[in-house]
Amino acid sequence: MSLVKPYGDTLDDGAVQLSFTLPIAWSEAADEAARQLVAKMGFTDVAVVEGRAIAAGFSFFVVYARTPVAIDVSTVAVPAAARDALAMDQVDALIAQRVGRKLKVVGACIGTDAHTVGIDAILNMKGYKGDYGLERYHGFDVYNLGSQIAVEDLVRFAKEREVDAILASQVVTQKGSDIANFTALGELLEAEHLRERVVLIAGGPRVTNLLAAELGYDAGFGRGTLPSEVATFIARRVAERVPA
Amino acid sequence: MELRIDAGQVAEARRLARAIVDPIAAFIATHSTLSVERAVARLCGIDGVDADGVPLANRLVDALAAREQGVARALGAALAETGRTPQQIAEAVAAGEPLPDPAATPEAALRAALAPYVERGMARIDATRVERAARLARLPQAPPPLLYVIVASGNIYEDRTAAVAAAEAGAQIIAVIRSTAQSLLDYVPYGATTEGFGGTYATQENFRIMRVALDEVSERLGRYVMLTNYASGLCMPEIAATAALERLDMLLNDSMYGILFRDINMQRTFVDQHFSRQLNARSGIIINTGEDNYLTTADAVEQAPAVLASQFVNEAFAHRAGLPDAQIGLGDAYEIDPDLEDGFLFQVAQAQLARQIFPHAPLKYMPPTKHMTGDIFKGHLIDALFNLTSVITNQTIHLCGMLTEAIHTPFLGDRALALENARYVMGTARHFGEEIEFKSGGRIERRAQDVLTGALRLLERVEERGLMAAIEDGSFADVRRPREGGRGFEGVFAKAPTYWNPFADALAGELAAAP
Repeated sequence: MSLVKPYGDTLDDGAVQLSFTLPIAWSEAADEAARQLVAKMGFTDVAVVEGRAIAAGFSFFVVYARTPVAIDVSTVAVPAAARDALAMDQVDALIAQRVGRKLKVVGACIGTDAHTVGIDAILNMKGYKGDYGLERYHGFDVYNLGSQIAVEDLVRFAKEREVDAILASQVVTQKGSDIANFTALGELLEAEHLRERVVLIAGGPRVTNLLAAELGYDAGFGRGTLPSEVATFIARRVAERVPA
Repeated sequence: MELRIDAGQVAEARRLARAIVDPIAAFIATHSTLSVERAVARLCGIDGVDADGVPLANRLVDALAAREQGVARALGAALAETGRTPQQIAEAVAAGEPLPDPAATPEAALRAALAPYVERGMARIDATRVERAARLARLPQAPPPLLYVIVASGNIYEDRTAAVAAAEAGAQIIAVIRSTAQSLLDYVPYGATTEGFGGTYATQENFRIMRVALDEVSERLGRYVMLTNYASGLCMPEIAATAALERLDMLLNDSMYGILFRDINMQRTFVDQHFSRQLNARSGIIINTGEDNYLTTADAVEQAPAVLASQFVNEAFAHRAGLPDAQIGLGDAYEIDPDLEDGFLFQVAQAQLARQIFPHAPLKYMPPTKHMTGDIFKGHLIDALFNLTSVITNQTIHLCGMLTEAIHTPFLGDRALALENARYVMGTARHFGEEIEFKSGGRIERRAQDVLTGALRLLERVEERGLMAAIEDGSFADVRRPREGGRGFEGVFAKAPTYWNPFADALAGELAAAP
């Protein structure tokens, strides 16, 4: 069974739930407008189960419907960055044996983003959910530049210190500012001929590994990532590049 | 519903907080900052920007030959010498004219020349306060917890639409979240703005646009809708001054937040927060403190004593600046890991502890953020328990949690769902807190007592070392900040014996009246 549809209570019923707001005053006609809109999206058996005014000139709807389309899951593949994370001592051992020196890691919230919760969780000694941050590892020298770091400053720092890995964090995603900043960092590293020399990692609650791959990054880590997963990825990637 | 806690420890914690703040107050009394001086210029009526978009308040203060004497002295002398208005003088400075040497003008003459503008500035603040009180009397708010939501589109006109819709859906307080970089700007942007990152710039014109819209909807709904912004970062006093003139009702304003979480210099922050709070006291603005930040950056169970300790310190600083308890919105947040067994009991313990220790403070309760995920259904449920905690423990300012907290800045529909959640829970459980009692020596009471004892121990350590030294060695939020490091340090200076700030003098009278 590789062709699948959403499952309500019967195989292949295609049941989905949607909710949305329309910028119109509520009336019975508004419910009907919502129903027709969802039908135009390609859904069938559309039922507007809730429709009401939430403000003057705005209505909110909850809709159940069925989709006629299916997906062949055998054709779907996603590269995973966080595979089989090693423990802290294993990461340290891997670095000591295969690289033989400490790896320099720099992290920053780039652009105007001031939200350091994510990068701090990965880098600060304390870590996250009982998983120690990279500062605690023997194998890493960590530079946490903090918030609102211009990509130019980050690249200059990476060049001067000859870092092995760059962790760029973005929490704010409004109007695509995160993508613009990630892209700018990648392009500047290319221009400075540093891109091939560093492990480049994107992080943030809306980041996926797939997004990072599209941006030309080595990996992307999203919500709930543990420091050891990032540490393992960096250590393995650098170790791969060391001639055996 | 009362927790039995050690009243002696509460009194001792309060004494320690005052002892912690006393030496800082001595430092504050002898120092000023560029932002304090720019606030003075703004209160004298200086507004607008030069051809490059630099505020005239910045141009004037940057042109001072002797900033340690204060901008008021230079401005008074220029008025006396030229017969111009403060605005004309600032415009002339921006056009390249030098300021006259204040030493050439007799003290009495320069003070007399500025006096009408100082009086006018104070009168505007007082008139704004009176107007707020009149509107509140005519358009009474629904009882607390007051439902507070944020708007943050980056575009003030979109924010206005969202704010009016939220008010119609039951919001009583609207906060316009600032663009993420603004706390680190050493000037206040100008005019109506339509671009921002993660928020909308705080400008005097944006304040005005939102105030007008909320006044309209207040009339329509028959209840006053409050407006909130952020007096934090490098321009704390200027935002406080602007907010006082444009009738904002609340301001985020913490005595240590900028130091710890934005790496703003501690001396700058201490001096700035004091003058800001003096202005807030006079303008009737309720401050909101930022204790929730201790919980979002570290484990909420572990950090609970730090929250309480910070509340004591914030209270002591606020009293020093003349703020009465009714204007001190101390912060807390519902951030305990939902997987922790009895986490709800701990939340109730902490919220009730603050309610009892600060009985007259309009406590600000922040919603879950750290453990919210893309699972909006679970998120809505966590928010419901947060709402329940708030109504049981009689919190005052209730920042509605959004089911999409982890996903995006709220959609219009998200706000409506959040408000509906809060109204349902708070309605159905309105007087629950009056009907229950805590089991003597039970889990909730023991937890509250542990947090109190922990806060007391932390305050003892800080008092022993001194607040600045304690911040230097990471006693708060595990963050270390050097005394002369961080942003904005170059804008701090010792006052000359001839320093003059007529607004601080006018506001100082309130200090004596502080509890």
